[in-house]
Amino acid sequence: MTEVHAHIVPYRTFILVWVALLILTGATVTVAQYHFGALNIWIALGIATLKSSLVIAVFMHLKDEQPLFKLALLSALAILAIFIGLTFFDVLYR
Amino acid sequence: MSGHLHKDYTGAKFGMWLFLFTEVLLFGGLFILYAVYLARYPKEFVSAGKELNVWFGGGNTLVLLTSSLFVAMSITALRRGATALCLGLLGGTVGCAALFMVNKFFEWSAKIGHGIYPGSAHLKEMAPGEMVFFNIYYLTTGLHGIHVVIGAIVLTWTMVFIRTGRVHAGDWVILENAGLYWHLVDLIWIFIFPLYYLILH
Repeated sequence: MTEVHAHIVPYRTFILVWVALLILTGATVTVAQYHFGALNIWIALGIATLKSSLVIAVFMHLKDEQPLFKLALLSALAILAIFIGLTFFDVLYR
Repeated sequence: MSGHLHKDYTGAKFGMWLFLFTEVLLFGGLFILYAVYLARYPKEFVSAGKELNVWFGGGNTLVLLTSSLFVAMSITALRRGATALCLGLLGGTVGCAALFMVNKFFEWSAKIGHGIYPGSAHLKEMAPGEMVFFNIYYLTTGLHGIHVVIGAIVLTWTMVFIRTGRVHAGDWVILENAGLYWHLVDLIWIFIFPLYYLILH
């Protein structure tokens, strides 16, 4: 039995996302030249998250996948967030 | 008995995603180490972090982003029947992987030449926070580098499958899964770059 497959992503889409990733890389390097104190790490993580979202959604095709795939990824990330959070609940109060 | 083999495209892809989640937890643990020690030794992380070269880090970021572009495009090429283009793009991806490792070789050689490597005498003389920084830098980027090499091998293997016709426009999940693994390697570096090379300057 053959399954219905998602449409083929055009080369142009990938190239546009790649350009966006290059621009975001430039942005993160530029912002790092300025000193916003503790804010620097959050801005850096924010841009990194944006870049990752593009890679995951378009390059890794998650945008066009079944809801199950998106739910699974969200679950994995939630588990990681709990892992980080609980570690810091410990470490910050020693 | 019918010769038709039932293949589960969705299952095969989901299986790879599950594996990628385990990789996320693996590297996630290493990023937690970074976070905890950054919180404990903020000044030492900054002074040690200055030793890392943003050109090596940034250059490798561009190399990996481009490699991801190539492997993504290779799937479109294969599905459209442009097999030669597909193989060329995959060759480009593996070429980027090699370039990444060459950059890393020069970067690490310089550090090691200055006596900065796990277990070195120089490291023992440093403040604890600085020693920790370099240890987790080598651990994280070293493990990532191993994944780059593994990814390159997997992609080369996939190229062989495409050449022999085992992977083709009607059955390409092996290429898709190899690509997913490669994108994960790119994703990890997307976080390594700012955390180790940028915010500590």
